[in-house]
Order: sequence, then C-alpha cells, then structure tokens
Amino acid sequence: MEKRTKLAEIVKNQHDVILNDWVEFQLNATTLRRDLMKESELREQSREFLGLFTQAVQSGSDIGETIWKPVKDFLGQITRSRVLLGFTPSETATFIFSLKQPLFDVIRAAVKDPKDLVADLWTTTTLLDKLGLYVMELHQQNREEVIHRQQEELLELSTPVVQLFENILALPLIGTLDSARTQVVMENLLQRIVETGAMISIIDITGVPTVDTLVAQHLLKTVAAARLMGADCIISGIRPQIAQTIVHLGVDLSEVTTKATLADAFMIALQRTGATVTKSAATKTKG
Amino acid sequence: MATLRDEIYPIRSSDDIVKVRQITREWALMQTFSLVDQTKIVTAASELARNTLEHGHGGEVRIQALQEGSRRGLRLTFVDQGPGIPDLAKALQDGFTTGNGMGLGLSGSKRLVNDFDIHSETGKGTTVMIARWK
Repeated sequence: MEKRTKLAEIVKNQHDVILNDWVEFQLNATTLRRDLMKESELREQSREFLGLFTQAVQSGSDIGETIWKPVKDFLGQITRSRVLLGFTPSETATFIFSLKQPLFDVIRAAVKDPKDLVADLWTTTTLLDKLGLYVMELHQQNREEVIHRQQEELLELSTPVVQLFENILALPLIGTLDSARTQVVMENLLQRIVETGAMISIIDITGVPTVDTLVAQHLLKTVAAARLMGADCIISGIRPQIAQTIVHLGVDLSEVTTKATLADAFMIALQRTGATVTKSAATKTKG
Repeated sequence: MATLRDEIYPIRSSDDIVKVRQITREWALMQTFSLVDQTKIVTAASELARNTLEHGHGGEVRIQALQEGSRRGLRLTFVDQGPGIPDLAKALQDGFTTGNGMGLGLSGSKRLVNDFDIHSETGKGTTVMIARWK
C-alpha cells in the first residue's frame, strides 16, 4: 500500500515534468507518425491521459478496478482513432510504453532508498505493461472489427444479380465460392427471380479461378433451386482448363446448359425467350 | 531427383484452403506448368486440403518443387492425425461419401495427377501424396 502511494504522490507532484518529458519522448520516437497526427493533438491526448492516470493511480495500480475505467475508456478512444488512421500496433502501443522513461526518471530522483526504488520501479513497470497490453488487445480487436466489416461488405458487393434483357438475369461470380458466400449468392439470385419473373438466369464463372467438387456442387444446387422456381440456368465462362478438370474430376454437368462465354449464353437465352437479334440494314450495307 | 523448394503449410481453417490453392498455383507457375496442368494440380490440392480439414480435423501440407532430368514437377503431401479411413478401396470409389459432398474429391484428385499414394490407419490419421509432372 505504501509503495503505491509513493508512485501516486510522485506522479501528482511532478505532473508537469512528466508530461513535458513524455511528449518530448513521443515526438522524438521513430514510431511517431507526423503524417497522420498533429503535434498539438498528441500533446492534448498525452495531457488528458496523464490527468486520468494520475487520478486513478491514487487508489492503486490494479487496472481491473473500476477507478481505472476512465483511463481504459480514454485508451479505447485513442486506439480506435489510431487504427482508423492506419497506425501499426507498435505505433499505437508506443503511446503507453514511452511513458516509462519519464516516470522512471522522476521516481529515481525522488526515491533514495534502493529497496524502495526497486519496488517502485517494479510497480510502475508492471502497471504500464498491463496498460500497454490492453492497448495492443484493443488495437487487435479494432482491426478485427474492420476486417469483419470489410468481409461483409465484400459479400454484398461480390454477388450482384443483373438483368440483361426481359426475362434474362445474369449472375457474374468472382473469386472463391466458399459456403457462406454461396448462400448469399443463392438467396440473391432466387430473390431476383421472384422480383423479375425471369425465365432464364446465366451464371457466369469466368471470375472463379478454381472449380472443384464443392464449387460444382454449389453450382448444381443453385441451378436446382432456380429450376424449382421456374427459371432455367445456363452456366457460362467454362474455360478449356476448367472443362478438362471437371471431366477428370468426374463431375456430371450434362443436365445443365453450359457455354464457353457469357455472349454465347446470352444468345441462347434470347433464342429460348423468343427474342431475335438482327443487324440493322444500315450496318449491313456499310459492313 | 533434386528438390528445388520444400515448404510446409498448416491446414486449420477454410482460409487455409484458399491459401493452399494460391500457393500451389504460384509454385506451378514457378515450375512453368501449362495452364491446364496448373488448374489440375490446384484443383486436386483444393480437394485434398478440404479432406484434410473436414475429415482429418486439420493437418498440414508439404509442398515440394522437384526436378528430375529435364522434367519438372510438384509434389504435395497432405498429413492429418484424424480418425483415418477404414476402407480405402471404398473411399476411392466415385460417389462414395461420408459427408455431404459429391464423393468425387479423392477419386477425382487421383485422376488429375500423375502420381497418387495414400496411407491411412484407423485412429491415427491419413497421408495423401500427389505429384504432377509437366
């Protein structure tokens, strides 16, 4: 208990010295991002943090206590903003770890007895390590949130169902067809079939690099579901290497109409819906 | 036979399957495989990596770039410590599946490569080796 109060007392009395040294340290650190953050902003953040830190440390150095909540909340704020600005974990955590040196300096000057000095330094270093790790965890958490959000956005973006003509829909697939995405693809397609009353949907797999049995199975299931709703499917974008691979795998796609290109598939779809494409007379004479 | 490159990658999640595909494609390009050969080995790798994850409860893959005389090849060895396959002959039949798949992964992969070797022991795990030569 006595040790704690010593740290608390020193931090309280030497507040201005610590703040100046600390800001100085951060400004000289190699991890400083002058491109992302203004000096005044850094100074303001440091001042506010040290204020909260001083207050909390008066009642002990266990950051699990409720008294530390304002400190942790504030760290949460600045970590979030730094993640969004594009700081690396080291750059973010330097905010805490750079406080060590200034604190050590003032403690060394204030505590004369070697035993007390060691004890005080130990308390300080464990406390700052805990806060530093807390910041790292927050940083990680924030990054994961960003990744998760991007994944969801990608999921939405990558499955647009477009209408090519009356009664004809197209679904251009791009990238990996893992289970989660296939579910979204299926739902989108079936939904659009209901909305448009389309007779034919073209699933284009030009942008799918690997067609293995799982992808083939997903495609066949999508085709079967669309058929149940009264729409026929054409799979297009089957490149020579994909065709050979599908044959060797032993996947039977004979029940589905397949075409090499989206253009071919579109022509078939037009024929089936009774539409014809002709070149206008003017173009004919010119050509 | 000379080994040009030799690396091991974990297969613990479906993201790792995507990674195995990407690495296999990259290495096949390095070995100057034709587009058809690239696609075949990548597809086989995808099937077997998924088997390792789903049936073997995860494991790893060893990728080796080989050279023998003037011919170049790629060898992939999938290892898991899962439940093993009780009846190999049955597992290699087209259409046989214990999961929800098409039952073509193992037999299909065999047809996509030049060398195929499988060892399995019930309760100890499964090792599948495939190689494709250009």
